[in-house]
Amino acid sequence: MATSDQKTTSVGRLPIGRLVSVYVLEVRVQCLELLRTPGFTIPTLLFPLMFYVFFAVVLTFSPTAPTYLLATYTVFGLMGPSLYGFGVGLANERESGALRLKQTTPMPVSAYLLARIATALMFGMIIVAGLFLIGAFAANVTLYRWQWLGLAGVALTTVIPFCALGFALGAWIKAQAAVAIVNAIYLPMAFLSGLWIPIAILPSYLQDLAVFFPSYHQAQLALKVIDMDEGSSAIIHILVIGIYTLVFLIVAVVGFRRVMRR
Amino acid sequence: MTNELLATMSNVTHRYGDVVALDELDLEIRSGEVLAVLGPNGAGKTTAISLLLGSLRTQEGSVKVFDQEPGTSSVRMRRGAMLQVSGVADTITVSEHLHHFASYYPDPLPLAKVLEMADLEEIRDRRYGRLSGGQKQRLMFALALVGNPELVFLDEPTTGLDVEIRRSLWNEIRELKSAGRTAVLTTHYLEEADALADRIVVINQGRVVAQGTPNEIKSRAANRRVCCATSLDLETIVNLPDVVDATMDGQHVEIFTAYPENLLRRLFELDPDLSELEVTSAGLEEAFLTLVRGSETSDS
Repeated sequence: MATSDQKTTSVGRLPIGRLVSVYVLEVRVQCLELLRTPGFTIPTLLFPLMFYVFFAVVLTFSPTAPTYLLATYTVFGLMGPSLYGFGVGLANERESGALRLKQTTPMPVSAYLLARIATALMFGMIIVAGLFLIGAFAANVTLYRWQWLGLAGVALTTVIPFCALGFALGAWIKAQAAVAIVNAIYLPMAFLSGLWIPIAILPSYLQDLAVFFPSYHQAQLALKVIDMDEGSSAIIHILVIGIYTLVFLIVAVVGFRRVMRR
Repeated sequence: MTNELLATMSNVTHRYGDVVALDELDLEIRSGEVLAVLGPNGAGKTTAISLLLGSLRTQEGSVKVFDQEPGTSSVRMRRGAMLQVSGVADTITVSEHLHHFASYYPDPLPLAKVLEMADLEEIRDRRYGRLSGGQKQRLMFALALVGNPELVFLDEPTTGLDVEIRRSLWNEIRELKSAGRTAVLTTHYLEEADALADRIVVINQGRVVAQGTPNEIKSRAANRRVCCATSLDLETIVNLPDVVDATMDGQHVEIFTAYPENLLRRLFELDPDLSELEVTSAGLEEAFLTLVRGSETSDS
């Protein structure tokens, strides 16, 4: 690797193997960063597991509640890392000058952004695995094997709308306010979408409100896997999620370009 | 190899709204040199660096680095930068940051070498958030070098550091030069430019005011202060040869010049009754300010 002839490097491209290591290192650093931030780790890793234990193991609303809540908590579990990793992470890097510094390096912007999605997925998988263990062994949830897999799969797709929302927030909000804003958005949204307690228990005017949240539609998709959804077509849910994702991405890209071009 | 042009700015004008930050600026960076861009705050130094880095888009004129547009990825692979205001993640350690940044480059320096160059060996496992101001700045310096760049931009690398830490960073910057690298450094300290640079370009109000070797710049900077009481008026005094700057308070005048002997000869010719004469050394920084102020008065 160490060659004295620097002119050979002027092609402007890394070999594929090295490019892969850029992506891997980017994910590694972002994971380390989050793991070493208790303000991230505790709420995002612990809240879904803790709440699930409260509402599915300790209290049970009904015999079917542990199964229903397993689906909705997997969605809730993915919302946290998506919004934190992207929203708070990007806002911090934007304001500390880290993003500007990285902009002076040959860092591929795609690596920077994809690593944030990959990081959210990795934390999400840990949360889903934790919920499944609690569900299967403490709350006596029994599902077919394809349902476990389907539930995990649908849960992981939660990163699509919520990384987009996190990206939009991270590109615009102030770093100091980022944690508060993310919490103020995602905790009420999760509750109002029926992720914490079954939506049927909520007052009917709140149930009517739920359809406006992407998390409601994401949860309905997860509930479809275990046949406990409210009955709307999957196409509708996917369409609504798609529209939200698009809107978030537009807001995000406008903000991100403004940051990168100043 | 030497004297090869690595980067050029020609006839570059840059505006922020109505404010002109750079006014037809020309700058040449030659391989193997340490070039200091010296000027007071707001002179346009950071704007010039941002254009050379490609993080600002060129409005008028031309900016080339390695004969290419300044921000392309092949250019970025061959240069490093230390920005005036920047940071990295608080929770990541010194060597983790270096390892991470090294991955962006095709031919990075070995970690041990960078740690040694920036004197970071003892704190390699310390998190960024726990470093002192000087240590943070040394890491920023190391991050600029980790890609083994041919050309390094250092935007006010020692601003805000105390004297001792500033001097230790100077040593590291000097070693760059002995390693054959080219560096562009901005500063508002003449002392720093003098200590580090082969060539100094003094800019003020977006224009080149003076350029040359540190010795040439120092001799142009008026580093003697002549104070006296005289019946001459300020107008006459300012127009005497070698007067860079002068201020008057009643009968008392304060004059900055590089050549006090010549000046005094003329003063005594014009005003034999001149009294309360005092000639003092003005210090490098004060002298540099007179050079800059001189350019302002002659401009307006």
